[in-house]
Amino acid sequence: MANTLFDKIWDSHVVKSIEDGPSVLYIDKHFIHEVTSPQAFKGIENRGLKVFRPKQVVATADHNVPTVDQHLPIKDELSRLQVQQLIENCAKHDIELYGLGHSFQGIVHVIGPELGITQPGLTIVCGDSHTSTHGAFGAIAFGIGTSEVEMVFASQCVLQTKPKAMRINIEGDLNKGVVSKDIILYIIAKISASGATGYFVEYAGSAIRALSMEARMTICNMSIEMGARGGMIAPDDITFEYMKGREFAPKGAEWDKKMIEWKQLFSDDDAVFDLEININAADIEPMITYGTNPGLGIGIRESIPVTDRIPDEGERKNIIKSLQYMGLNSGAPLLGMPVQHIFIGSCTNSRIEDLRLVADVIKGKRKSDNVQVMIVPGSQQVAAQVKAEGLDKIFEAAGFEVRQAGCSACLGMNEDKIPAGEYCISTSNRNFEGRQGAGARTLLASPLTAAAAALTGVVTDVREML
Amino acid sequence: MQAFKEIQSTFVPLPMENIDTDQIIPARFLKATTREGFGKNLFRDWRYENDNEATPKTDFILNNPLYKGSILVAGKNFGCGSSREHAAWAVLDAGFNAVVSSFFADIFKNNALNNGVLPVVVSDEFLDQIFQQPNTGTLTINLETQTITIDATGASESFEINTYKKTCMINGFDDIDFLLSNKEEIIAYEKMQM
Ligand code: SF4
Repeated sequence: MANTLFDKIWDSHVVKSIEDGPSVLYIDKHFIHEVTSPQAFKGIENRGLKVFRPKQVVATADHNVPTVDQHLPIKDELSRLQVQQLIENCAKHDIELYGLGHSFQGIVHVIGPELGITQPGLTIVCGDSHTSTHGAFGAIAFGIGTSEVEMVFASQCVLQTKPKAMRINIEGDLNKGVVSKDIILYIIAKISASGATGYFVEYAGSAIRALSMEARMTICNMSIEMGARGGMIAPDDITFEYMKGREFAPKGAEWDKKMIEWKQLFSDDDAVFDLEININAADIEPMITYGTNPGLGIGIRESIPVTDRIPDEGERKNIIKSLQYMGLNSGAPLLGMPVQHIFIGSCTNSRIEDLRLVADVIKGKRKSDNVQVMIVPGSQQVAAQVKAEGLDKIFEAAGFEVRQAGCSACLGMNEDKIPAGEYCISTSNRNFEGRQGAGARTLLASPLTAAAAALTGVVTDVREML
Repeated sequence: MQAFKEIQSTFVPLPMENIDTDQIIPARFLKATTREGFGKNLFRDWRYENDNEATPKTDFILNNPLYKGSILVAGKNFGCGSSREHAAWAVLDAGFNAVVSSFFADIFKNNALNNGVLPVVVSDEFLDQIFQQPNTGTLTINLETQTITIDATGASESFEINTYKKTCMINGFDDIDFLLSNKEEIIAYEKMQM
């Protein structure tokens, strides 16, 4: 029988199926962080249990950590306690922790791949919805809630109902100035913030195959923003090349053995998907969002939809409410609109390649006086690479503030927040009300578009600078 | 986990679409290390001006004493966004045992079920009918028969839930009990992989 890539991995991880119920799915790798794990540790301790397979768990502190003075004790008391609890829980349960001060610390979805822990064919979970990022390697990776974190602690399994299969094919060459962030914002704008709910998505086609691993991760990362359980891309030579030699990637004979397995990981030619969507890469422009969910995006030269012309009442109300929050007008263009902040970071776009893209645009130039620019590398390793390549000098000369690794203003849990009412062009993944701080107004875009706006202080079409 | 068989209650209507988990419980409240106490911050930024409990936004429904009950009714795509289970804890802690919508985000749905909060999926038309009820109108949700009824009109619709989850909810069992009872099979699976 013809199988999809997803089927192949899923089926080989089902320990048991329950009739008219979910499957017991075996989990190969479990990432944890400080925010969604403490209650799960408490849960298993209340049951008198230890973590069942601690060697398959990897921890880091990322959501809540400061991005300045990381060598000093955390000032915010609750944050400090939460991070402290992670340290204690990991020690007690024998779990490897890459916490503050460790050279592997960073955003969980940045460090897994860069350390070679993320590998093709694995099942990977984390108490974080952007776990879908790891799917870029041809793994089944998805976010779970804390009760499910507890399940994995207790049994190395989760109960999951098999999602439906969707494939999104993107064929052709990308236009100049268009990068993978634009592809995914375009897809979400097309199918809406709930368009893939109930599905696991495979991204395929020549435009995807041409992308680097980092660019693929950006796409898989935002699968959740259209409601998908996860996203994945079949591994190929680009994948293997990226993985080779990484800290925890297989080596020597083990590598050769794995390569044989990994090369089987693709959707068979006649595999059937519940839904297929075809996209022409040439149709994609640099994208930007105007509303308060990631599906409300437009090409940078387009105007905000005229609300009177939106036929569906629910959608119309939703957009009107969004525009009110954003302080934007129906039918207005975004191009040329002043912004006050630029945030370059998050598990979507904080990898070295993203930062190189930014550096290329701004090299030798100075930011606009009207904006503050914060640039937050995704991990200590990315930060080290930034230094090694001298990018930090370029950023500093441009007046950007380079911070230390963490989630930062992506969710504004630490001090890195955008003030109420102000606009921020952000390379992160969510533009929800208050996401970057109470009252903050977020416009999601690519690192290129963010870099262009940093120089001009207004929403800018980066193609004019390339 | 609390068992769930049937509830009859007035409801709190939130006729908005795409209510995401950052609205249900903003990130700054995720620093807690227990599951309790999130209810008072449910929809925090919709509830208070300037994050101040002394200045409630009077036009927000949870601040309107005329609307109460143990059922929350919300527009399409409720619970989208982050995987934070804190959202389900906040809903439960605020006294809701069921959420009704025409569409739920997957992770929220799982999180709710894992905490004994029943997500009830109804058609868009039925959802509209519910929203048209006055604040005194009650709904009856029966898990055994998988039906939801608008008591005033008698209009009723059935909803889906898989047999496994239904049994868990009715008996107050959780998934961990189930998984632990399968330890031997899990270990056998691991051996097979080696
Ligand atoms: S960077 Fe943002 S989206 Fe990514 S894991 Fe951190 S908080 Fe979540």
